[in-house]
Amino acid sequence: MSIRYTFGGDEFLFAEVSESMSLPACFTSMAITGQLRQLQIPGIMEICPANASFQLRFDPDILPAEQLLQQLQQLEQSLADSPQILDTRLVEIPVWYNDPWTREVGARFRQRHQDPQATDLEYAARVNGFASVEAFIAAHCGAPWFVSMVGFVAGLPFLYQMVERQQQLQVPKYLSPRTATPRQTIGHGGCFACIYSVEGAGGYQMFGITPAPIYDPAQSQPYLADSMVLFRPGDIVRFKPIQQQQYEEAIQAVADGSFQLDIFPVRFSLPEFLANPQAYQQSLPGTHHAH
Amino acid sequence: MHIKVIKPGLATSVQDAGRNGYYHLGIPPSGALDQYSFRAANLLLGNAETAAVLECTLLGPQLQFNVACQIAICGATMQPRINGQPQPAHQVLSIATGDTLDFLPAAAGMRAYLAVSGGIDLAEVLGSRSTYALGSLGGYQGRRLQAGDMLTLGAAPSTAAPVGRSLPTALQRSLPSKTTVRVLPGLYAHRLRPESATRFYQEQWSVSSESDRTGYRLKGGTPLQFQPREAPFGAGADPSNIVDAGYPIGSIQVPAGKEPIILLRDAVSGGGYAMIATVISADLDVVAQLQPNQGITFAAVDMQQALQARQHYQADLQQLRQALG
Repeated sequence: MSIRYTFGGDEFLFAEVSESMSLPACFTSMAITGQLRQLQIPGIMEICPANASFQLRFDPDILPAEQLLQQLQQLEQSLADSPQILDTRLVEIPVWYNDPWTREVGARFRQRHQDPQATDLEYAARVNGFASVEAFIAAHCGAPWFVSMVGFVAGLPFLYQMVERQQQLQVPKYLSPRTATPRQTIGHGGCFACIYSVEGAGGYQMFGITPAPIYDPAQSQPYLADSMVLFRPGDIVRFKPIQQQQYEEAIQAVADGSFQLDIFPVRFSLPEFLANPQAYQQSLPGTHHAH
Repeated sequence: MHIKVIKPGLATSVQDAGRNGYYHLGIPPSGALDQYSFRAANLLLGNAETAAVLECTLLGPQLQFNVACQIAICGATMQPRINGQPQPAHQVLSIATGDTLDFLPAAAGMRAYLAVSGGIDLAEVLGSRSTYALGSLGGYQGRRLQAGDMLTLGAAPSTAAPVGRSLPTALQRSLPSKTTVRVLPGLYAHRLRPESATRFYQEQWSVSSESDRTGYRLKGGTPLQFQPREAPFGAGADPSNIVDAGYPIGSIQVPAGKEPIILLRDAVSGGGYAMIATVISADLDVVAQLQPNQGITFAAVDMQQALQARQHYQADLQQLRQALG
């Protein structure tokens, strides 16, 4: 895999690892950007890994563009044979699928949807060949997701499901974006899930809502004490279905600051995962093992 | 000892040099969109060059000063008035306790920068006082100003700037109604059909009213065509789609080939549309001073020309510091 480098004006270097999405491409992006972060090269201002690419913002007065490019190409070479292991964590995110808020907003913007007669979930189930919404939800929460990028707006994770390509859930975005999306909506566009970190515009299909704040400038939840943004690229997420009563209890806990997330340390091995995705993802830690 | 917002204006927010180091979490730099004018206003007052100011957009605010101070206004031509009396821009003005400041609508340019002696005093968030409204972060309660807001001033500079000191005409930026902006082609430009890649630089575009600190949307040109292709996995069906990636500040994307969007300092940090060029850093201020319906043409430059323009921009700032230091 050879990376395509291209400059975005005089301050950005954009690196496309692969035109198509895959976990190995994402892993390469994270490996290089992770290494760059450790090197603390003077003149690099921003290091932004993305799904199958990354970009850097640099100050060309301190670090000339050509020099940066050479350093990156060397880094790419030197990392080619490095072990594809990631020390990360698994975060369980409770989701009320098919909740009234996203259903209401979805109904309001039906004219912007491919299928105005169906709900987002009904449409997604149908285009992915599922017999029912329940079966689609079972697939959605049945395997964990990899945070392959954080961005668009503050703290929004893009999530790529840890299953083989033919099992990937794919749903087109709305025909034209909505002007409203509830905060903490579980969205889906293309092969990516996302969690809307803030209320606002959005074009992804809406499947449910989580009571867990994932971005909070006031940092009022204990798990956001170190950073106002919960997710980092490389985090693993498992969606845990909940119902109305659990959702309301969680919202109450968020309000009084006692809400907790289940978070487990994980040493993720890309080769082991690729050798047997199904078995590997089931071996990951989580509260489901306690049941 | 504060400034009270009587009317907030169209889109007035606290801004400074912006914040670095959080773009990978989706938090853009923010900061004054016209960095030159913002710095000029502070330097006139003898403030720290990057003290927090009010960025006033098209229709300025009405403010009541319950504090005596000095102010300076640079950038867009928005006739300032103190107690209804017209005052010059680009000049140190004296404000007495009880004075009211307001503005006439912008006659030229889009954004005026109101600096106050000592700067707007707010807690820094992630290293900056700039407002990032989409993320409810920084500035005054993470949002644009509203009627009734109370702003406080920082400690005034030890030596007050002489009232009447002005910015030499030669150091004032012109505010044309149409302009040419220099861009570095690249990123996904290779995905355009050659005739579209050429025509993009030949036509004049005009600024859409759907333009703000996140981005400037352009209309009026011929829609761009991308090369047909088999969509890479995860990219989306439209030929203007890519697997969601990071967006450089100043990058130009063309969703469905229709209306180009230039991302500015409140940019969305990434998404799934192919970018075809990036406005060079020296010309970002110029974009932000264009009003809706004004004209914009793009000129392709190479990296060497972009770096020369960058040096000129820095030399201009240096001149500003020398003239007002």
